[in-house]
Amino acid sequence: MTLLDLLSVLAATLRLAVPLILAALAGLFSERAGIVALGLEGKMLAGAFAAGAVAALTGSPWAGLGAAMLTGIAVALLHGFASISQRGDQVVSGMALNILIGGLTAVLGLAWFDQGGMTPALGATARFMPVELPGAQGLGPVWRVLVSGHNLLVYATLALLPALVWLLYGTRFGLRLRAAGENPHAVDAAGLSVARLRYAALAICGALSGMAGTYLAIAEGAGFTRDMTAGRGYLALAALIFGKWRPWRTCGACLLFAFTDALQLRVQGVALPGIGIVPVQFVEALPYLLTIFLLAGFVGRARAPKALGRPFDKSR
Amino acid sequence: MTRTLPPLIDYVLLPLLNLLAALLVSAALFALIGVPPWTALASMAEGAFGSGDGIGYTLYYATNFIFAGLAVALPAKAGLFNIGGEGQAMMGGLAVALFCLAVPSWPWWAALPVAVLSAGLGGAAWALLPAWLQVRRGSHIVITTILFNFLASKLMTWMLVDVIRAPGDPSPETAGFGDGLALPGLDGSPLNLTLVLALLAAFFAWLLVSRSVLGYELRAAGENPDAARYAAIPAGTLAILAVCLGGACAGMIGVNEAMGVSHRLVLGFTAGAGFVGIAVALMGRNHPLGIVLAALLFGALYQGGSELAFDYPQVTRDIIIVMDGLVILFCGALEQLWRRPVAALWSRR
Repeated sequence: MTLLDLLSVLAATLRLAVPLILAALAGLFSERAGIVALGLEGKMLAGAFAAGAVAALTGSPWAGLGAAMLTGIAVALLHGFASISQRGDQVVSGMALNILIGGLTAVLGLAWFDQGGMTPALGATARFMPVELPGAQGLGPVWRVLVSGHNLLVYATLALLPALVWLLYGTRFGLRLRAAGENPHAVDAAGLSVARLRYAALAICGALSGMAGTYLAIAEGAGFTRDMTAGRGYLALAALIFGKWRPWRTCGACLLFAFTDALQLRVQGVALPGIGIVPVQFVEALPYLLTIFLLAGFVGRARAPKALGRPFDKSR
Repeated sequence: MTRTLPPLIDYVLLPLLNLLAALLVSAALFALIGVPPWTALASMAEGAFGSGDGIGYTLYYATNFIFAGLAVALPAKAGLFNIGGEGQAMMGGLAVALFCLAVPSWPWWAALPVAVLSAGLGGAAWALLPAWLQVRRGSHIVITTILFNFLASKLMTWMLVDVIRAPGDPSPETAGFGDGLALPGLDGSPLNLTLVLALLAAFFAWLLVSRSVLGYELRAAGENPDAARYAAIPAGTLAILAVCLGGACAGMIGVNEAMGVSHRLVLGFTAGAGFVGIAVALMGRNHPLGIVLAALLFGALYQGGSELAFDYPQVTRDIIIVMDGLVILFCGALEQLWRRPVAALWSRR
């Protein structure tokens, strides 16, 4: 493997990691506030559909992004209504949303665009296309292959990352949000509304999931295709657990999962020394296996937010 | 709020109200995509019950959904949420296929008991590790069963593409089973003997849960594990058993699909039935009889939905997935939506 091969694998890792990172951070906000983020898949898919549909109608990727984030927020608030206001089972509502949206996007896509459930293929101006950073040709292969040449959302995510971590760990709002996931009664006793904090967390979760969907539909892809999230929402949840509900470790897990994915594309059908040809599916299964090992407590202990999954009831 | 309601309200009225809410939202969706809701409903009912073949298809789908519903309901009795039915069904199918391919000349009646056993073992085995991890290591079973679904689907892809695919067959499926191995069924629809197995499974599930000491202990462990342990009930072991029994039920979908319908193993044969099981169990309130009825309803929806797709080009079977999600949402997550007003009305009486 030459340096250029390595760099292109790393660049692919980054590209594949960005939607995972966005979704995992969405899940981080949700779960740290005490709401199980099982609905990530559905929120992402809803966002991807909205982005593809609106970008096709308006021709503007920005309108697509905006629509996707609003759609993500709307779905998240529905999730909130079920799990916060109605105190319903969060796992059930998350699964319900995933299944519902999986069907709904296909139905609406077919009814509105008549292309077998896809949104129309987008031209370059309606997408977030790769941008070439200044000096791409002069500053050597690392700059050219790894740093430059990604789409705007990749850079936006990298810029957003520290801001989100600061929001969660550096602000009063973030402290309260995390408290709502650890000890909601203390939050309530301090005179704050647990419900409002959890709704706020879900809104952030929805916006970020919408962004992740946008990335899939109109940055990486050229339009929405049915079930295009293909389990990435669940994979992001696995990364969140693998990262032990901490932002940087979670991003690390996303990069690791994306790396196995990027590598998988490379080693397909290539005989490895001493092992022979490794079936693609084994490489694809690695992130899931790793997460199971972690959950089993063989790779350190993962501790979830204490009040995760429990509807808040003042009187208990 | 926790005041108990009369069973008629709790088990009949509330599920019906939830179903009605789901149907109303679906009707709005039908209107939105330009299909008159009432015509759609009539067309679906006609498709599901209007002909012998239609009824056959409805019952064939219901067969899978009974198994899938039991796969969720039995673990739920022990307080655990098994969403791994999809993966467990795949493993059941794999076990059935491996057995059937090994005994091409057996008659179906000789092979069926072994096939049922291997499907059950396949499904149960795939449920064992998540159950054990939940009970002994505290890993959340919802997450682990989801991960096991993905693992099962990767394993199936690998097996059916690289290992047991019929030589020269371009699509990922095994060679056909021996001619004698096909389960007896109706002509014109995929309905077969497995329906009887499904009804038997539901009956035995009822016996086990409601009429046996083991079932009593299981429910006690699910309601309050600490109290159960205090009464010398091995709560953890029972929980593992319940999840594995659920997995075994899911595995039976493999018997229906591989031995009853396709007479081979086809990639993706589960077709999301495992997830329909969640809706079925929620609607049926985890009671075997409720599950059979809910499975019939979903069988009718699936068959009716396929017929609808013939009548209206803008409709696909996806609309049934939407209804599936809506039922889970209303019967599961928004269960309190009707309960509170109904309970208020009831206590004011």
